[in-house]
Amino acid sequence: MSVLVGKDTRLLVQGITGSAGAFHAKQMIDYGTQVVAGVTPGRGGEKFEANGAGKAVVPVFDTVAKAAKETGANATCIFVPPPGAADAILEAFDAGLALVVCITEGIPVMDMLKVRRVLEGLKGKTRLIGPNCPGVITPGACKIGIMPGHIHKPGHIGVVSRSGTLTYEAVGQLTALGVGQSTCIGIGGDPVGGMDFVDCLELFQADPDTHGVILIGEIGGGAEERAARFIKEKMNKPVAAFIAGTTAPPGKRMGHAGAIIAGGKGTAAEKIKALEAAGARVAPTPSDMASTLVGMMR
Amino acid sequence: MKIHEYQAKQIFARYGVPIPRGYPAMSVDEAEAAAKKLGQETGSPVVVVKAQIHAGGRGKGGGVKVAKGGAAEARELAQKILGMQLVTHQTGPQGQRVRRLYVEQGLDIARELYLGAVIDRDRRRIAFMASTEGGVEIEKVAAETPEKILTVHVDPAVGFAAYQARELAFALGLGGKETLSKFVKLMSALYEVFTREDCSLCEINPLVLTRQNDVVALDAKMNLDDNAEFRHAEWKELQDKDEEDPVELEAKAAGLNYVSLDGNVGCLVNGAGLAMATMDIIKHFGAGHGVAPANFLDVGGGANQEQVTKAFKMILHSPKVKAIFVNIFGGIMKCDVIANGVVAAAKELGLKVPLVVRLEGTNVELGRKILNESGLAIQAAGSMADGAKKVVAAVK
Repeated sequence: MSVLVGKDTRLLVQGITGSAGAFHAKQMIDYGTQVVAGVTPGRGGEKFEANGAGKAVVPVFDTVAKAAKETGANATCIFVPPPGAADAILEAFDAGLALVVCITEGIPVMDMLKVRRVLEGLKGKTRLIGPNCPGVITPGACKIGIMPGHIHKPGHIGVVSRSGTLTYEAVGQLTALGVGQSTCIGIGGDPVGGMDFVDCLELFQADPDTHGVILIGEIGGGAEERAARFIKEKMNKPVAAFIAGTTAPPGKRMGHAGAIIAGGKGTAAEKIKALEAAGARVAPTPSDMASTLVGMMR
Repeated sequence: MKIHEYQAKQIFARYGVPIPRGYPAMSVDEAEAAAKKLGQETGSPVVVVKAQIHAGGRGKGGGVKVAKGGAAEARELAQKILGMQLVTHQTGPQGQRVRRLYVEQGLDIARELYLGAVIDRDRRRIAFMASTEGGVEIEKVAAETPEKILTVHVDPAVGFAAYQARELAFALGLGGKETLSKFVKLMSALYEVFTREDCSLCEINPLVLTRQNDVVALDAKMNLDDNAEFRHAEWKELQDKDEEDPVELEAKAAGLNYVSLDGNVGCLVNGAGLAMATMDIIKHFGAGHGVAPANFLDVGGGANQEQVTKAFKMILHSPKVKAIFVNIFGGIMKCDVIANGVVAAAKELGLKVPLVVRLEGTNVELGRKILNESGLAIQAAGSMADGAKKVVAAVK
């Protein structure tokens, strides 16, 4: 069954006429995602055509509200550059979409603080994934984002991660072992965003088709520590984890805006300790993520 | 992005956060002139000569000195401090060369407090922290006496509320009518600074209460959100290249994420998480054999062949690199783009160190083909662990 996205997802792409939006909209259509609308202010009335493995003619609208109303879209994927991205998220919230996935890297934190505040006011009516994330995929059913679809395999392992390419690494390892994935969620590498580990673990715990979880974290912030508390108190499914950045120097931003050890806090060591104490098993190297989980599930 | 104390104070001044009178000085002559000017403006010869570097702990390291005797003494102090290699608990053992000074009026200090604002990632709010323990490292206070730190979180829908400032003021013992209103005004101004200047951190340590009952920012530390650079054209002028690693600067200009490390294996990876994990796995297999990562380098998903070539060249140029590990899991990034970039760079500069390449993902077969047919001495790796082991063996 999976979580968040599936065959019923009707996706709108904000920024569909830009180069990233256009490229990935086509990739999503090829994968089988129902892309029902595109939004680029000023380009309403145009048609976006996909002629690859997946064929579609997608109407483009000026606003998210109009697109959602006329096509019944229930999710959006945002490919809008940083200066306009927070605004695009807010527009999607206002249009009442149930799921907003923001791929954009580089949104100022001040903007995301406001977005977060609005999100809290919506009280769960809308979910936000990202920003600065690869998106979410339920293999074989629906892909929202930029992950390479072909490495995935339908199955029963949930994957939740702050890093895009490390997710692909875990998925590649699982698929190679013949173990499929229920849903893979990239929550993104920014310090302030939407769903975090706990929100995703809640969904995985409640999903009858998810039998185990791989959690991929990194230095910075306290999301893994919060996840550890949730795992200890509320989860009865096995969780294997990997935390990137044990060798990262303090005070340096390691690529992701959120990957920074600040004021001595947010080290990989602390996170590993918290997760192990909670009953999760932490892979010693990134090559062992899938094997660690498989070991727990025997 | 970090800026100097004097730059942060200039920003404070614009928003009405009270600061002592002061002037930046880039030479001994300028320092003396500044001290003289301050003496005339304040009627007191007492000035403080302060080293300007991006690290904290300057006072303890000998980079902040008081000149009680005026301009001549200030000149002597400037002579000692300017050009010194200042070592603090935040610079690392090699220290940082002092190239800029700030000359400030001396204040009649009654109390030293701490006031700071930071993004609280757990609460997703801006948190203001205040403490009676000013002039001490706040991390030490947080670790040893956390009850001495008071925190309020600002609701972005409301902005900074006066009652929140009062809460902190009363807790700090600044309840006198005059000092209370000054503190509330200062906090409000600080919130404006934080939000409008796109800060990630804004710290006043110490915030002083003078014997004249003024509330003044004696120090100022501001870290700016790199993501907001596009809307701050003025930040370019604030940048101090002497405080940055030249390779990291070069990488940033080329649109690459690069952090210099101490080891001997150059890394080129797509994706920040995978890049960190690559550093980790090299250290894992290399520890005890004297092998460690020389850098963090994320070429990103959208890198073109030119950027990949540039990235590879940067690694090849580094004298500490004894072997290179290219670890790619291509999603948006295509393996053939990586392969072409690596081959172009290696052919242009000549490949004198062992190179291990692990490719996976989009266009992987084409990428492997390009590497095989390049004529270069490249070791192919089947997995990340395989690659890490091979590169560690190559260095040993």
